[in-house]
Amino acid sequence: MTRVGVVTFPGSLDDQDAARAVTVMGLEAVPLWHAAHDLEGVDAVILPGGFSYGDYLRCGAIARFSPIMSEIIDAANQGLPVLGICNGFQVLCESHLLPGALIRNDRRTFVCRDQRLEVISRDTVWTCAMGEGQEIDIVLKNGEGRYIADEETLARLEGENQIVFRYSGLNPNGSVNDIAGVTNRRGNVVGLMPHPEHNVEELTGPSLDGRLFFESLASFLSARV
Amino acid sequence: MARVIVDVMPKPEILDPQGKAVTGALKRLGFEGLTVRQGKRFEITVEGDEVTPDRLDEVRDAAEKLLANTVIEAFDVRVENA
Repeated sequence: MTRVGVVTFPGSLDDQDAARAVTVMGLEAVPLWHAAHDLEGVDAVILPGGFSYGDYLRCGAIARFSPIMSEIIDAANQGLPVLGICNGFQVLCESHLLPGALIRNDRRTFVCRDQRLEVISRDTVWTCAMGEGQEIDIVLKNGEGRYIADEETLARLEGENQIVFRYSGLNPNGSVNDIAGVTNRRGNVVGLMPHPEHNVEELTGPSLDGRLFFESLASFLSARV
Repeated sequence: MARVIVDVMPKPEILDPQGKAVTGALKRLGFEGLTVRQGKRFEITVEGDEVTPDRLDEVRDAAEKLLANTVIEAFDVRVENA
């Protein structure tokens, strides 16, 4: 069975929900502890949402230097699928696994809403079961979700199909070019601010579109073997 | 003990929402013509009586690695004279 590691940092909030989503999708969730140097042979890793290390210094800045992250950075550079959700996205940017940075929302308030996204690239491990241009609804909740990058980086992201999602209808935080999620060159590392793990069950989610992330992963891994 | 100061500021082209909020509050209090950008100041105590150039380079390295995110922030390192 596909084993998906879910990292818990001090201050992670959505690790349990992410693990539950993995289980709901018929995959095996493997809890990974921030202080461990062991990925336990997982097939993929999720960095969950929350406020790792209290968001002290900068969001994700301290988590980036935790022991488990040195393992994840090495493995991601070897092709391990990694999904960073919200705070996990911030950790990936701080780790330089993904370009750019996330700063405080332009409206300076915490935003919590059902967010429509446009799928821009299906050329990643986590979106290959989606359609290009497909609109999906995924819940969003963040205070520091404004994606920014310098001009040169943006041009490269746009030119090399590394923008994975754009906000559709409304840009909730002032992200440049409406960017909601990006990927690395290889397409195995994806980060996004919205929370697909909250959109896998009818009881609690406004849509089931979060399932597509896990279906993508499963489809990628089964094609690889 | 010697002390090194690291100042970290959002780069000029980066919107600074905290500074903007403080600017707005100052205006409401009647302080006219003041525009604020807000950063962070780190006071680092370094073992030994003086900060050698090597030590200072080390602090610069630390600032680049952890204290500042150079994608969005610029930093300045200086020795504070007692």
